[in-house]
Amino acid sequence: MAWLHTWSGLLLGWLLFTIFLAGTASYFREEISRYMRPELAAVAFDPVRAADAAQRYLTRHASAATRWSVTLPSARNPDELSVFWRDAERRSHSHLVDVRTGERALVRDTRGGDFFYRLHFDLHYVSARTARWIVGFAAMMMLVAIVSGVITHKRIFRDFFTFRAGKGQRAWLDAHNVLAVLPLPYHALITYTGLVTLMFMYMPWGVSSQYGEKTTPFFDTVFGQSAALEPSGDTANLAPLGGMVNRAQRHWQGAHAGFISVSNPGDRAARVDVRRGQGCDVAVSTAGIEFDHRGVWLRELDSSGGAARVREVLYGLHLGRFAPPVLRALLFVLGLAGTAMVATGLVLWGVKRSRSRERAGAGDRVVAVLNVAVVAGLPLAMAALFWANRLLPIEMNDRAEWEIHAFFVVWAGALVMALVRCDQYGWRRLLGAAAIAFAGVPLINALTTERGLIHSLVSGDWLFAAFDFAMLTIAVVFTAAVWLLGSRQNAGREVPRVLRKAEV
Amino acid sequence: MTIVRIRNTISRVKRNHGTEYRLAVASRVVAAIVGGYALSALATMFLSAALPMAVVSAVLAATLLSFLMYAAAVVWVFAAATAGRAWLGLLICAVALVFGLLAFKTS
Repeated sequence: MAWLHTWSGLLLGWLLFTIFLAGTASYFREEISRYMRPELAAVAFDPVRAADAAQRYLTRHASAATRWSVTLPSARNPDELSVFWRDAERRSHSHLVDVRTGERALVRDTRGGDFFYRLHFDLHYVSARTARWIVGFAAMMMLVAIVSGVITHKRIFRDFFTFRAGKGQRAWLDAHNVLAVLPLPYHALITYTGLVTLMFMYMPWGVSSQYGEKTTPFFDTVFGQSAALEPSGDTANLAPLGGMVNRAQRHWQGAHAGFISVSNPGDRAARVDVRRGQGCDVAVSTAGIEFDHRGVWLRELDSSGGAARVREVLYGLHLGRFAPPVLRALLFVLGLAGTAMVATGLVLWGVKRSRSRERAGAGDRVVAVLNVAVVAGLPLAMAALFWANRLLPIEMNDRAEWEIHAFFVVWAGALVMALVRCDQYGWRRLLGAAAIAFAGVPLINALTTERGLIHSLVSGDWLFAAFDFAMLTIAVVFTAAVWLLGSRQNAGREVPRVLRKAEV
Repeated sequence: MTIVRIRNTISRVKRNHGTEYRLAVASRVVAAIVGGYALSALATMFLSAALPMAVVSAVLAATLLSFLMYAAAVVWVFAAATAGRAWLGLLICAVALVFGLLAFKTS
């Protein structure tokens, strides 16, 4: 069982570290997006006004589309209104609309916090389908690692309270245990609910065995959607969306609308589906109201049945959108603990092997190099993303993609640095680079925008101030890590062979 | 005396690192990943048909449980005394599920 735990954890450990870190960052997805779009001034949160603005924009630019999708602003991100449609040639268009003017938002092209969110299950540079299979496989391995880890752990309660600092492998093992065992409910829940979010892709056999090819009725029930309608061919003006949003919100007693889907806009057979926003309830919401083109209330939509509700609760638990600020901070800390659990597990693997009498083989070097490149390199790349967000020219083509390329280029650079030195010095070098990179983010922010730290503090822009402070805090943490690693060397303690000056 | 000790060491090393060991490990890995998935898929199909609730709810419940069943199957494969027993256990469960599925199809 210990064998199963070690190998299932190692083989995908680097991917799991990435998934955990990107996913943990996603708890602050909206805040990161706002920081990466400094041009967007704070607007009062008003879904009704946003809906009207979106309608103005879409009527002007997307009149030929058969379907409009509007993602309304959320309370945490009141300035982000985005619309999506496919034109006659099936090309997709996704634009940010200014809530006040109904025009295209004049803001730098960036994916914002959505990049980290997508990274943790869609990866990048591969198709979403491929990525989700890989991530799902990793999640399954993680689930097995958790189960086998609990079985392996015979003295689970005693080891709760054990931490032998400074004793090499023992210390790493104790750290790994504490980070894994204390937040175990969280790790198990996040892993399992993560699988649930994509369960129809990973385990379609239940659906297909009962429904065969005709799965639409099933999914319509699960997601609370009504059947699609064919366009009639007669044109008709679409009633104001704002009014429909208003009626829906009053029906939901204050809960905000989050999403609008208009099928056959401009046609007499148009249908407007106003969906409730996420975050009001632990469960993700599948509640919606359907209106016709005149704004007449047709029906209320929702999923039905207890099992559907269970799925929604599990899904909602994974997203964590329901969490108010303090709880979200706690979830963030737990996510970091999970990330650290994977990282200490990876390091422990290398340390344990180096103590055995076997010669350091090629596999050991691969582990050592990847440990440095991923555990220290990924945070460095994240800081580089923020640098690119501030430094890339605003008018650049494909600017959003290039921010992401910068992220991966820096990460590749970290891999190169790790290939050169993967010992203690190699760790300190990359961790030091990460410290400098994070410390630089508030500096670059102050130099390239008007929303630097001083200005934020003076004008009460708490989001930007908090973000800059967070960057500085992370820089301090990495600096401390570099210092700690250095002092270990100077104290003359036994340094594991893998971490000594590279022999290979 | 020494010859006996050397022979014991060689056989222990062979047991833990030899070809037979590696094949057994590979066999378990395949049983766990492929066999486990197949078994949990079968169980999902069976539960979708067998659970006494509305079809939509049965399918949802079965699919939600599938990952736990998969994890359990993987743990079983590695907890079994030998690789052969691991496969046998999976096979017996699979056959039982297939029979169950057929029973529900005809009813």
